Amino acid sequence: MIAFLIQRLWHAFLVMFVISLISFSIKGSLGDPVRELVGQSVSVEQRNLLREEMGLNDPLPVQYGRFAWDALHGDLGQSYFYSKPTLDVIVEHMPATLELVLCASLIILLFSVPVGVYAAIRPASWLAKTCMGISVVGISVPVFLTAIVLIQLFSIGVHITPFPTDTDWGTWLNELISTDGGLPSFGRGNELVHLFGTWDTGFFSVDGLLHLLLPAASLASIMLPLFIRLIRSEMLEVLQSDYVRFARAKGISPGRIYFLHALKNTMLPVITVGGVQIGTMVAYTILTETVFQWPGMGLMFLEAITRSDIPLIVAYLMVVGLIFVVTNTLVDLVYGLVNPTVKLTGQHA
Amino acid sequence: MKKSIAALVAGALLSGASLAHATTLRVAYDADPVTMDIHEQLSGGILQFSHMVFDPLLRWNKQLGFDPRLASSWERIDDLTMRFHLREGVTFHSGNKMTAKDVVWTFNRLKKSGDFKAIFEPFSEMKQVDDYTVDLISKAPYPLTLNAATYIFPMDSKFYSGTDKNGHPKDEIKKSANTFASRNESGTGPFKVTSRQQGVKVEFDRFADYWDTESPGNVDHLVLTPIKEDATRVSALLSGGVGFIAPVPPTDLARIKSNPDTHLVTMSGTRIILFHMNEKRVEAFKDKRVRQAIAYAINQEGIAAKIMKGFATPAAQLSPEGYAGHDADLAPRYDVAKARELMKEAGYEDGFTITMMAPNNRYVNDDKIAQAVAAMLSRINIRVDLKTLPKAQYWPAYDEREADMMMVGWHSDTEDSANLFEFLTMCPDADTGMGQYNAGNYCNPAADALVKKANLETDPKTRATELQQVERMLYDDAAFIPLHWQDLAWASRNNVEIEPILNVMNFPYLGDLVVKD
Repeated sequence: MIAFLIQRLWHAFLVMFVISLISFSIKGSLGDPVRELVGQSVSVEQRNLLREEMGLNDPLPVQYGRFAWDALHGDLGQSYFYSKPTLDVIVEHMPATLELVLCASLIILLFSVPVGVYAAIRPASWLAKTCMGISVVGISVPVFLTAIVLIQLFSIGVHITPFPTDTDWGTWLNELISTDGGLPSFGRGNELVHLFGTWDTGFFSVDGLLHLLLPAASLASIMLPLFIRLIRSEMLEVLQSDYVRFARAKGISPGRIYFLHALKNTMLPVITVGGVQIGTMVAYTILTETVFQWPGMGLMFLEAITRSDIPLIVAYLMVVGLIFVVTNTLVDLVYGLVNPTVKLTGQHA
Repeated sequence: MKKSIAALVAGALLSGASLAHATTLRVAYDADPVTMDIHEQLSGGILQFSHMVFDPLLRWNKQLGFDPRLASSWERIDDLTMRFHLREGVTFHSGNKMTAKDVVWTFNRLKKSGDFKAIFEPFSEMKQVDDYTVDLISKAPYPLTLNAATYIFPMDSKFYSGTDKNGHPKDEIKKSANTFASRNESGTGPFKVTSRQQGVKVEFDRFADYWDTESPGNVDHLVLTPIKEDATRVSALLSGGVGFIAPVPPTDLARIKSNPDTHLVTMSGTRIILFHMNEKRVEAFKDKRVRQAIAYAINQEGIAAKIMKGFATPAAQLSPEGYAGHDADLAPRYDVAKARELMKEAGYEDGFTITMMAPNNRYVNDDKIAQAVAAMLSRINIRVDLKTLPKAQYWPAYDEREADMMMVGWHSDTEDSANLFEFLTMCPDADTGMGQYNAGNYCNPAADALVKKANLETDPKTRATELQQVERMLYDDAAFIPLHWQDLAWASRNNVEIEPILNVMNFPYLGDLVVKD
């Protein structure tokens, strides 16, 4: 176990080293940060002076050496735009992203398991077919579009009147298919509750939760169909297996078979995929956060790119690399718990 | 115990009552101010911030004239000196009184600012005459003293003096550094910053001791949220999440206009979008006839109507209407037959191939405009190899003059024509800094001489004639290809009366904004 963790730690270090090397080598093509810091009419000398001051005129290896030395001392540089250490900036933006990812994961968990299991148990029912149909649409519609449509429907509101408005039933039907809107369409709201450090949470106020609703739903919309389909197909396979048939023959109640014996084995691949997907979800937050002006790491990263805030870009990539390594390690650990036959590397059989 | 609870309830009720009266305005711009130090960066966002938290000596009004602010009046004493009489009884947010000392201190700080010092280069010093009078002295007769004075937003010299807790001087101007001035403010403006989370929101409260008691403005609390994504910003307005947005993307103009709950204001702007033809890179561009042929081949009106959806004013010169150098007779000259003829005359009937670069996220529809221009040039047999880049990568390429034709947009910091010529058309000269953005390497000493002459001319009429003459010379010479002045647009909920506080400089004077119940 300890050997395994040490090995993973070494992996993390390696991953971050490679990421820092790569991000440093593309730095030249990310644009000129000095341009973003000065007005357009500022003279060339003035700009060169600033560039010299910021150490941007040094050869790349020298700059990398300086960066690596500081990084080993826990200092990932200073953001140009925020005028603060990059790690502080990332830590400040992390709660918003984590809350969003957590909320989206909850939505996925709450919907994917029941729907997936149901679709496996009753594959021929019209409800299961409808769910599968919707999930195909869900996979193929880009998150950007989903988000815009959600905003239009639930925050701006849509009023259509295909039915006659002068009759009671027409008005009733019109209202049924129209939406009022009113849900917040951007940001985290003004009623955040301070938790600790830089963590202000939206979980403890109605306003905060309302603000979470649309972004979390959009973010979940990409992964949810994937998980429903995954759970369904795994479940279908497990239900065909011998031990389920034996259990049935033995007369164990269907509920116990489905949810205790079958589901447990269904979850193995789901956990693997889930672990990887949580990392991917952090990447998808870039899109979701942009559309909803959600002040998290994704939005911060995208803006850092447009401003060529290079230290922040490098630090973000390294932190995300770390998140990937950590989630994968956790997945491997959980894997061992769910299925005792799986052995971790470095562990004796 | 009972008493204290009663007091608490009463207090809560009272504060509830006062809250009900307080007017809150939520504003969404495409970006928030990068710093609270108004001398750190010369940009539209910082100037907008300056007008909220500080006040200038004088400011532009809708007619491109000057309105007195912290200077109640001014007069020219001699060719070099402009005297400003300061308003008395003006208080800074810190409680300090504003005097001539603060104004002189601010001027000296501007001279040290990397971004602003160019604007104050023509001035030798500012002298304090008495507690409420200052003299601004230029090195040579200078016609744009008042234009420059719109950049003097007096700062609280007492508040910004001394050293902060890290031992750095409080008046230090440093980019991307945690300076005192970038995190704290004490101005005289209508709003005080109460909290600021960079990239998330800035909150302002109306300053109780604001000097301008005649201002109709009634916004007590203002929240500025940056929303970079156009669609999100518009949705925020349509859903009522915010009361005022800027800029409005051209694609959503109709949608906002037709919505019964929202109100749209557009204005012809002053930012000129143009292409340079690099004579150093392309031999043919040295030939005046080729440049003219290109000028005749471009359909500015078509671009403004089709690509910009009417959200631009077609241009045939640099100076927009209202500027001294604007010559109303200069009109776009779209005529493909004439263009082909000129090409033939110049011996380029079969055309040639050039490279073109434009940014794709800097100006409204910049990449589409470039594509249209490339298509128009193909009709006179100029084949264009077009490349569009994000602005972060475009500007380094621009500095290197990496393509034969490059797009640039320019807004004059002094709201004056001479600035346009100095940066865009004068002979490039590394020593004087002239022609810094002249990516055409076009050089016309006669026009340059005239601009220099105008810069010493204090009679506005003579000066205007001279500047118009320059525009005419550049037009005849087809020194560059002007496309249009980008329009400006703002939108609000119906109860937010933005019309009176907007202007072509894009400095919404939010202190004077009226929000109805």
